[in-house]
Order: sequence, then C-alpha cells, then structure tokens
Amino acid sequence: MQETTLTPDTVLAIDNLTLSLPKGADRAHAVNGLSLAIRAGETLCIVGESGSGKSMCAHAVMGLLPAAVRPAGGTIKLEGRDLIDLSPDAMMLVRGRQIGMIFQEPMTSLNPVMRIGRQIAETFEAHGVLSAPEREARVAALLDEVGLPDPAQIARAYPHELSGGQRQRVMIAIALALEPKLLIADEPTTALDVTTQAQILSLIDRLRKKHGTAVMFITHDFGVVADIADRIVVMQDGICVEQGLAADVLGDPQHAYTQRLLAAVPSLAPPAHAAMAEAPPALTVSGLDKVYRKRVGWFGAVREVAAARQVGFAIRPGETLGLVGESGSGKSTVARCCLRLIEPDAGTIRIGDLMISGLDARALRQHRKRIQMVFQDPFASLNPRHTVGRIIAQGPMAHGEAKAQALDRARVLLDRVGLPPQAIDRYPHEFSGGQRQRIGIARALALEPDVLIADEPVSALDVSVQAQILDLIRELQGRLGLAILFVTHDLRVAAQLCHRVAVMQKGQIVEIGETAALFANPQHAYTRQLFAAVPGRRFFGHGPS
Amino acid sequence: MSSARKNAFQRFAANRGALVGLVVLLLILVIAVAGPWVYPTSPWRMVGRPFLAPFVMERFPLGTDTLGRDIAAGLAHGARVSLLIGLVSTSVALLIGVPLGALAGYFGGWIDDAAMRFTEFFQTIPSFALAIVIVAILQPSLTSIVMAIGVVSWPPVARLVRGEVMSLRTREYVQAAVTLGQSTPRIIFSQVLPNAVAPIIVMGSLMVASAILLESALSFLGLGDPNMMTWGYMVGAGRTRLIDAWWVSFFPGFAIFLTVLALNLVGEGLNDALNPRLSGGRN
Repeated sequence: MQETTLTPDTVLAIDNLTLSLPKGADRAHAVNGLSLAIRAGETLCIVGESGSGKSMCAHAVMGLLPAAVRPAGGTIKLEGRDLIDLSPDAMMLVRGRQIGMIFQEPMTSLNPVMRIGRQIAETFEAHGVLSAPEREARVAALLDEVGLPDPAQIARAYPHELSGGQRQRVMIAIALALEPKLLIADEPTTALDVTTQAQILSLIDRLRKKHGTAVMFITHDFGVVADIADRIVVMQDGICVEQGLAADVLGDPQHAYTQRLLAAVPSLAPPAHAAMAEAPPALTVSGLDKVYRKRVGWFGAVREVAAARQVGFAIRPGETLGLVGESGSGKSTVARCCLRLIEPDAGTIRIGDLMISGLDARALRQHRKRIQMVFQDPFASLNPRHTVGRIIAQGPMAHGEAKAQALDRARVLLDRVGLPPQAIDRYPHEFSGGQRQRIGIARALALEPDVLIADEPVSALDVSVQAQILDLIRELQGRLGLAILFVTHDLRVAAQLCHRVAVMQKGQIVEIGETAALFANPQHAYTRQLFAAVPGRRFFGHGPS
Repeated sequence: MSSARKNAFQRFAANRGALVGLVVLLLILVIAVAGPWVYPTSPWRMVGRPFLAPFVMERFPLGTDTLGRDIAAGLAHGARVSLLIGLVSTSVALLIGVPLGALAGYFGGWIDDAAMRFTEFFQTIPSFALAIVIVAILQPSLTSIVMAIGVVSWPPVARLVRGEVMSLRTREYVQAAVTLGQSTPRIIFSQVLPNAVAPIIVMGSLMVASAILLESALSFLGLGDPNMMTWGYMVGAGRTRLIDAWWVSFFPGFAIFLTVLALNLVGEGLNDALNPRLSGGRN
C-alpha cells in the first residue's frame, strides 16, 4: 500500500481511522485502519461494494456517524485540525463552511415545502454571513454557476417542480455556498440517468478546478471513477486494500480484489452471438399505446404523459431483446403491459399464437404461467413472511399442482439457480441481494414460462454479483430456450447480454437492431447521446466514437 | 420469521411500562376468572349494613354500597363483564373494519369511493350518541351493547387497513403473485393482510380499552345490561352519595382506570415491538 504523504496543500488527512460497530454486527469494525489524504483541487474516489464501509468514511468526516458506530482510533485532520474530538457545536460550524456534502437522493435531501432560494440562503443564515440583499444576490449567482437556467425563477420554485438533475445541481449549490475547502459527494449520481450523470460529473469537475476544492467522491461505479478520479482508494469489508494514482490502480491493479472488481465491469463491446435459428416469435407486441392521465388540481387541465406510443417488437425463443432508455422513457410500462400488470390502451400482445391482450380475467390467470417476470428490487419482490420454498412453490400450486410435488420442484430449481436445497425452509431476509435475485428467478422459472420479462434485474446489485446473475440468466436461457425481454438503463449490461436492442425515448422505440450493429453504428441522435454519456467509456471497452 | 418474532418479543420484554401493563392485565384477568369462586353469591345480594366504609370490616374489605351490597364482590364480577365486552366488541369492529378496509385498499376506484363514503357516514355521527341510540332501540342487553360498541368503533380500523393495503398492494411481491396467476382473494389473504397484521394488533389492543370505557359510560347512564353487575353501573349507582360515601364510586372507577391504563401500556409496547422502525428509530 502506498504511504499517504502530507504536503502543505493537504486539505484532509485521515490517519489510521478505525470505526467500531456494536456487538452482534457481522464484523467488529465498519472501517479498520484507514489512512488517506486529499490535496486541494484533487478528486479522491473511494470505491467499493455495498457494505465496504465507504459511506461510513464520509459520515465520520462530517461527524454524522450513526449513534451505534464509534470512532475507536486514529485521526481525521481537516487543515491540521482534528475533527474527531470536536464538540458538536464546533462541528456544526465546520459543516457547511469548511466541508460541503452532496447526497445520493436529491429529492429527500431537500425540504419539499421550502422554496429553493430560501434553502440556499439558509446556509448563509446558519453561519451568520452576508446581509439579506447580499444573500439574495449570492443565491442567484450560485444557481447560475451550477448551470441552472433562469436563476430567478428557480429560486422561487419548490423542489418537486425541478427534475432530478436540477435538484442535484441545487444540492451542489448549497454544498458550495460557503466555498468549503472539502466537498464530500456520497454516490451523488447513482439515482440519475446517464446523460444527467455526465452533466453533473462535469459540473463537479468544473467547480473543483475553478475553486480548488478537494473532492472526496464515494461511488460503486468504476466507470465514474475512471472519468473523474485523480487518486483512488479501494475498500473491501472496511479495509483499504489498495490506493494510488488513478492511472496506476486502473491500469495495473495490484490487489486481487481490485482486479476482480475491474474484471467484473461489463465491456461496452458486444460479444459475438451465435446466429439465431429462424423460428416463429415467442412474444409479439404491436401497436402498444399507454397514456397516463392526471388532472392538475380540481378544475385544472388533464395532463397526459404518453408512456408507450405505437410500440412494437417480436422476440424469438432463445433470444434476448434489450429495452434501454432513461427513466421516464416508458420501458417499465411496456414490460408491465406485456404481462398485463398494466392494461394497455391499445395494441396486441401475443405469446406464440395466443392473444394475451384480449383475454378476460379468468382465462388470463390460466395463461399467466407462459410469461413470467423478474423484478428489480430483490428486497421488495419477495414476501418477507413466506419461506423460500413457499415463494417458489406457490406459482405451480396456484395452477393446481400438489404441494409436495411443487416443493420437490422448488428444490430442483434452487439447485439450478445455484442455491443449496436447505434454503427452502429459510426466510428471504436471511439472504443477500444476489441470492434473493436468484430466488426471484427460480420463482419465475417454476412455471416453465416461454417468455421472461426482466425489469432491471441487476441494477440494485454490486458489480461482481451482477456479473454472476447475468451469467445465470444466460445459462438458463441456453438450457430452456427462453425468450427474454430485458429492461435496463445500463448500456454495458445490454451489450453483454442482449442479442438485439431497442432504444426507447418518451414512449417510442426510436431505434431497434442487432446489438453489435447498433453499438457499432447508432443511427438515431438520442442513441448517440446515450452512448456519449456512458461513464468510463475511454477506459472500459469502446463503443462508437 | 422465527428470529424476527423473537426480536419483537425481546423488544416488548425490554419495555418496562409494557411489562407493568401486562402484569396488571393478567392480574385483572385472574380476578375475572376466579371471581365467581371467591364470591359465589350474586353481587346484587344485600349482605351487610349499607354505607359500610372500606378497611373497617374484614368481611367487606372495600365496604358496602347504598343497599349493603359487597363492593369487592361487585368488582370481581364486573371485571368479567368489562373484559368480555371489550374483547368481543373489538372483534366485531375488526370483523367489519378489516374486510371493508382491505377491499377498499386493494381494488381502489369506485369500490374504494363507495366504502369510504360509507365509512365517513359513520364517522360523522358522534359515536357515543349513536351507541346510546342503538342500545336504547334494541333494549339494553349484553348483545346489544357489544353490537353498539362494535358498530361505532370500526371506522378507524377500516381506514387503517385501507391505508396499509394500498401501500402493500404496490409491492413487487404482490405483483409477482399476480403474474404467477394466484387468485385475488388468495393474494389479499396470503400476501397482503399478513403484512398488515402488526398495526391491526396494536390498534386492537387500544380499542379494547376504549370499548371498556364506552361500556362503562353506557352503564353509568343506566343503559347497561340490567342482569350484569358492571363497573360503570357501580360508579353510576354511587354518584348521588359521592361526598359522604366516596368509596362506592371510587373503587370501580379506579378499576376502570387501571384496566384502561394497562391496555394502553401493552398497546404501546406492542407498537414499539412490532414497528421498531416507526417508533424508536435506529440506535
């Protein structure tokens, strides 16, 4: 491990920091023996998977640790002053003035009933700087600096009137209001679309250069790291396993864990797929329309959002069609319409020769087993009160299979998705996210469907787990000849898994084609824009230039 | 689940107030069960001199009332009626409120509108006045009192269950059950309602307390079952001589207070134990 060297322009120096967890936690220390230093104008990325302790570092620096986590040793020095022993009152002055912080969720970090301008001005009030008119002028200047159009209007707006990207810009404005020496960003772009993410990253980078702010950037995404980091700290289970200059860590990783993480980042270059055999499609969708209507106020006009406009595609057995797009593009609506979890306004959905879209409720229930779904959130998609065996067996039982037989098959399925047969009597909370997603897949396969709809099935998982789940889906498809509709916002995942890709924007499929051809030569302007925004494009694999 | 349940139990056991409440409640339960054996004669029988002060004669530790009836015997027999009415009328309220709330919350749309307007109809009538009217029309009896209390106390249950079900219905595991082809009643009973059980239990325990209060109030007004000795009746019977014979009203009143307090403590304890994230925050 590289020694952290202190120079006069070091802003933050953490030395041998240990944070202890309460008894009964799955490990003794949230962070163990961490040392790092950030210089003015430098971006340090702390990267690791969930549970690696990376967020705890940030919270320790801010003095915002949960009550159960205690500093058990080491120092955190901000410009030479130790923060660990600082009183809560003294720490309050440090926060905001010397350290600014941006969080992951820009909606919940802002007060929903307070105007934007007021929330920024509050920072000045809390620290008793500037007079009222000066504050107003400064708010406008800040909003302008973070690239928000029409600052005067934004200052009067409420948080819900802004988009996710705009809200995150406001958060950045608040964090930088008092020109702190250190900016801590805890997964600030994870909840944003790729194109918005690219804009926010470049904004943070621009402000860092302009003000010489030291940036501590916490992320799980190596693509983001490759784009912005000057130096990198890799954390695993609370221990820093490797740190160094970005080029060194990414180009020549020393530790096995770093190597494994880097290898797990999917490449943007699609692999060659064997040619598909000609076969009649397993799922055919045509002319699908869905409009959401919402009345604004009691007497207001009805606002219409078209989530699907004349969407049509076909998937053959053994083929994976990727449905990619940003949030709000309608891709999840289309996926749910295929299952009739949402009723489409118009259009037909056929599974093989069977017209699903015209069936009444009773007939639909009988044919439900032919099309199954894997959900995004591995924690919300399993009933916490049911055993794994019951979760998997209840599908076949709903279709008249005997309980003993259904449970026998559940055991076989557990084996097939790589879980031990003993798992059958356990409850979902005893499993990790990746294992839960395996259970979700087993539940979907229990009914032996022809078509599988997967709605962002790996986006909530760590990158190494994500690779395993993708392998599993690929393997099961090869064995069972499933037709898969794979909804994702992640072009890397789509590149690796999908035979064909459809790009959705504002409810319409703007481009559809073979993955390799589409990635090599995207036709639509929106597709090109999506590719340009993929983080770490220069470093990990190459799409079109 | 077993470990989750054990944690809830441990959290309950760690709450001192809830434990005290539970002990008091068990004590009252023992009195209610054992009462007829300790005081085998009818509590209505005049057994001594009227207006005997408490702690004077060993035979009547809590004294006698205006007609010379034993107050301790009345308390023991009354405990039975109070607890019985509390439990049964709460069950009636749950039987009306849970299905109605579940249907409204799960189906939404016009079913929700219809169910909620119906609920609001009951909520806009002062509940005590409605209970008096029902008991007066049906003649005071154990059944009519239970009915009346049940009918006036289900609306909050329906509202609570509706809210819970509305949020549970959008969970992905419920959607998964739909795609598996499970029938709608099955989804409601096996996927949705079991996850809403915790708040229903908590509310139920608090409703037992308010049912006991309501019954006491009805008895106080003379609308109790004329064949049953109840705490509320005893308070009412002694009210005219409150100044010179305070004990006639005080002891049954204190029994009501103690029971309701115990039930509230237990209810709060259950709430903290079953919904740790909502009440305590993480520590």
